[in-house]
Amino acid sequence: MLRFLVRRLLQAIPTLLILSILIFAWLRSLPGGPAGALLGDKATPEKIADLNKLLGLDDPIFVQYFKFLGRAITGDFGNSLVSAQPVMSEIGNFLPATLELGFCAMLIAVGLGIPFGYLSARFRGGAVDNIIIVLSLVGVAVPVFFLGYMMQDALAAPLGLPSQGRQMAGLDATTVTGFAVFDGIITQEWDAAWDAITHLILPAFALATIPLAVIVRITRASVLDVLNEDFIRTANSKGLTQPIVRRRHVLRNGLLPVVTVIGLQTGALLGGAVLTERVFNFRGLGFLLAEGIERRDYPRLQALLLFGALVYVLVNTLVDISYGLIDPRVRVR
Amino acid sequence: MQQLRVTRARRVALIGLAGALAVSISACAESKREEGAGGGSGGTMVFGAAGNPKTFDPLFNDDGETFRIIRQMMDTLIMNKPGTADLEPGLAEKWEGSNEGKTWTFSLKKGVKFHDGTPFNAEAVCFNFNRMFNMKGAAAQSQMIYYGDVFEGFAKNEGDASGAPVFKDCQVKDESTAVLNLNKAKGAFPAAFTLPSFSIQSPDALKKYNADQVTQSGDSFSYPEYALKHPTGTGPFKFESWDQAKGEITLSKATDSPTQTAKLDKLVFKVIPDENARKQALKAGDIQGYDYPSPADYGLLRNDGEQVLIRPSFNILYLGINQKNNPKLKDLKVRQALAYGLNRAQFVKSKLPEGAETATQFVPKAIDGYNENVTKYDYNLQKAKDLLKEAGAEGMTLKFYYPTEVTRPYMPNPADIFTSLSEDMKAMGIKVEPIAKPWNGGYKDDVQKAGKHDVHLLGWTGDYNDAGNFVGTFFGREKPEFGFNDSALFSAISAADAAPAGEAHTKAYQEVNQKIMEYLPAIPISYGPPAIVVGPKVKGLVASPLTDERFYTVTVN
Repeated sequence: MLRFLVRRLLQAIPTLLILSILIFAWLRSLPGGPAGALLGDKATPEKIADLNKLLGLDDPIFVQYFKFLGRAITGDFGNSLVSAQPVMSEIGNFLPATLELGFCAMLIAVGLGIPFGYLSARFRGGAVDNIIIVLSLVGVAVPVFFLGYMMQDALAAPLGLPSQGRQMAGLDATTVTGFAVFDGIITQEWDAAWDAITHLILPAFALATIPLAVIVRITRASVLDVLNEDFIRTANSKGLTQPIVRRRHVLRNGLLPVVTVIGLQTGALLGGAVLTERVFNFRGLGFLLAEGIERRDYPRLQALLLFGALVYVLVNTLVDISYGLIDPRVRVR
Repeated sequence: MQQLRVTRARRVALIGLAGALAVSISACAESKREEGAGGGSGGTMVFGAAGNPKTFDPLFNDDGETFRIIRQMMDTLIMNKPGTADLEPGLAEKWEGSNEGKTWTFSLKKGVKFHDGTPFNAEAVCFNFNRMFNMKGAAAQSQMIYYGDVFEGFAKNEGDASGAPVFKDCQVKDESTAVLNLNKAKGAFPAAFTLPSFSIQSPDALKKYNADQVTQSGDSFSYPEYALKHPTGTGPFKFESWDQAKGEITLSKATDSPTQTAKLDKLVFKVIPDENARKQALKAGDIQGYDYPSPADYGLLRNDGEQVLIRPSFNILYLGINQKNNPKLKDLKVRQALAYGLNRAQFVKSKLPEGAETATQFVPKAIDGYNENVTKYDYNLQKAKDLLKEAGAEGMTLKFYYPTEVTRPYMPNPADIFTSLSEDMKAMGIKVEPIAKPWNGGYKDDVQKAGKHDVHLLGWTGDYNDAGNFVGTFFGREKPEFGFNDSALFSAISAADAAPAGEAHTKAYQEVNQKIMEYLPAIPISYGPPAIVVGPKVKGLVASPLTDERFYTVTVN
C-alpha cells in the first residue's frame, strides 16, 4: 500500500508541472493583466506599461515562468493583487470555509443520495422511482447559481435563514481553527456555532444538488445491477431475511461504483464551490477564485488553480485506496 | 421487544433534546443579532461594500472602496461640504493661496489628537508632505497614483516616476500654521487637498510601523504593518480590525479629541462583491446599507421600505471619437452631425435612472468652470443628415466599441446605451459595426491604448472639484483614444490648469469648455447620478457626489 501511495504521489509531480505551464500560459494570454488590476479603473496605458516594466511583466514569458516556478517551489506564490496579502496565507485563511461547505454538501449528497437511489431501485417503475428520477434530473440540469438565487429569494426569508456569508456581520466569535461551527463548539460559543450552521444550510444544499442527483442515479443503477446477480438469488433461496440480504449483499456490492462517483464529485465540488460561494458570499477558496478571475489577480489564480489540481490528484488517490478497502480483489491486483 | 421500546424512547428523547437545544441556541443568536443591529448606546452599523480595500495607508491607494473606509478614520486639511463638491475646513480652519498659487498657508485646528494620542500640529502636516515628497523605492512611488498625478514628481524619481516635482518644501511657521511651497501653481489646488490620499496621519505611528516599506513581491507588492494593521489618523472612527477570512473591516468610535464625534459605537464594512447578494443581505437585515444598487432595483428597494439616496452627478458619459482610425471623423461636420443626430435627451429619459441629465459639456454642473453658454447641439436629425451630406460621409460605416461585463455609475448598462445610440446613428444613415469586448478583457486596451475603434463609450467619475480632473484627463494631450493633435486646445487646457485658483481659474476653464464644444473631439452624453441605499432605520447619512459619505453623523435605531 505504501509503495502504491508513493508511486501515486510521484506521478502527481509531472501532472502539476504540466498544469503549471498551462495555467501560467493561459493567464498570461488574457487581455487586461495584473498591472491594470493593480492600478484600477483610472489606469492609463502609459502607467500600465511602466508598471509592467517594474514588475517584470514585459520579460519573455518563459523568463517570467521560471521566475514564478523558482518562487513557487519555495512556497512563495507572491502577494494577491486584490488584497495585498501573501497568497498562501489567503489560501490558509479561506480553506476552512470551503472544507466546511464541501463536507456539509457531501454529507447531504451521500446521506440523501444513497438511500434515495436505493429506494428508487427497490421500487423500480413505481411512483417513488419516477418521482426520484425526475427530481434527480432536475437537480443535474439546474445551474448552481440559478438555484442559489432562487433559494435566496424563495427560502431565506420564509425559513429565517441567512443567505449571505459564513457568519452574521459584526458577530464577535472566537476563531481557533477557522472552521466556524467547530470553533463555536470548542469555545462553547453556542450562538456562534448555531449562527454558522444556519449560514451553511442554503449554500450546502445548493452545492449538494448536483452530486446528490448523480449519486442517486448511480446508486439506483448499481443496485439494480446487483439485484439481478445470481448471488442475490442464492442468498434469497438460502432463506436469509430481506434486511440481511439488502445490507450484506445488495448495498455492499452496489456501493463500489458509488464510491468512485463520490470521489469524482468531491473533486468537482471545487468547481461548484466557485459559483455557490460567490452567490452566497461564502468566503472560501471558490470565492477567492471568482474574485481573482474578475480582478485578473494572477498570483492568486496561479496558486489557487495549482492547489485545486493538487487536491484533485489527492482525492483520486484516496478513491483508489478506498476501492481496495471495499473490494479486496482490487488490492490483489 | 423491551430493547426496541428502549431504543425508541431514547430516540424520541434525543430528538426532543436536539430540538430544545436548537431553539435555545437560536434564541441566543437572535438576541445577539438584535444587539448587534443597534442596541446599546450608539449601536453598530454594518455597511455592504462592493470590494476589498487594498490597504489602509491612503497614500498608496486610489480606489473608492479603500477610500470609503479611510475617510471615516482620517481627515484631510480641506474637506468637502457634506452632499456637495464645495470645500470646507477640515484639519485646517482656514487656508490661503498666495504668490500666484505657489504658496498655501494652512491655519490648523487646535487641540486635535491622532488616535494614538500624539498631537496634530504643523509639524505633523509637514512630516506628512515631506514623507510623500521624499518617498523612496520604485514600488512605493508606483503605487502613489494621486500623489504622482497632483504633485508630478519626487525628490528623487524612481521606477516609472519621471516628472518635475510640484512640491518644493513645507515650513512650520508656528504650532498651528503650516506653509506649503510649490515650484509651480496648479489648478488642482486647493481642491486636490481634499483627496483622501493626502490625509494627515500620525508621524509616530508611520515611523513605528515602518509605513514606507513598500516592496515588490513577485507580480505584486508587499505592504508594511502600518498599512495593514495600524492606520492612525484623526477621524471620528479608529481602526479596530481587518478580518480577511470574514471580509470584515471593523472601526470603532474614536474618543480622544476627534475632529467630529461619531454617534455609532462601531462601524463594520462587510465586503459583498455581488450586487444581488448585497441586496439580499440588506433585505435580511444582515447589513444596514450598501453601495452601487442597480438602477433597475430602485423602485423595488423603495417598495421594501429602504432609502435610495440619489447622489448629485459628478461624472460624465461620452461617445468617444477616434479621428485617427477613421479619417472621415477628422471632418468637424461629421462630428457635428453625430452631435445633432444623437437623441440624447430621449436616451437619458428612457434609459437612465432618475436624476440623470443630458450633458452639454465634459464637466458636470457641480464643477467650477462649468459653462452655461457653451455651443449646444440639440437633436436635429435633418441637420445631421445635411451635415453628413456636405462632408461626403453619407452611408459611412463606424466601428462602434462598447464594453461588456461592467457597470459604472455613468454607464449602468453599456449594451443598452449602445443599442440606443446606434439606432440614432442608423437613422442618420450611418452603418454601425458593433464590437463588444469585456471591460477588463481587452476593451480598455483596444480603446485607450491601441485606438482600434472609430467611436466608443466611456466616461469618468471625478476625484475632486477641478475641471482639469475631467477635461485635462481627456483632452490635455494627444491620446490614442481620440487620435487628434490640436496644440491650441492642449495649451488652453494647460494654461487653465496653471491659472491660480479663484475667478481666473474658473473663467479659464469656462473658455476651455466652450472651445472643446466647438472642436467636438467627442460627444458628451449624460451626467448619471449614482445612488447609495440604506435601511429604514438609518438616519443622518448624507449622499455625496464624490462618494464622500461620512458615517459619523449616522444613527441606527
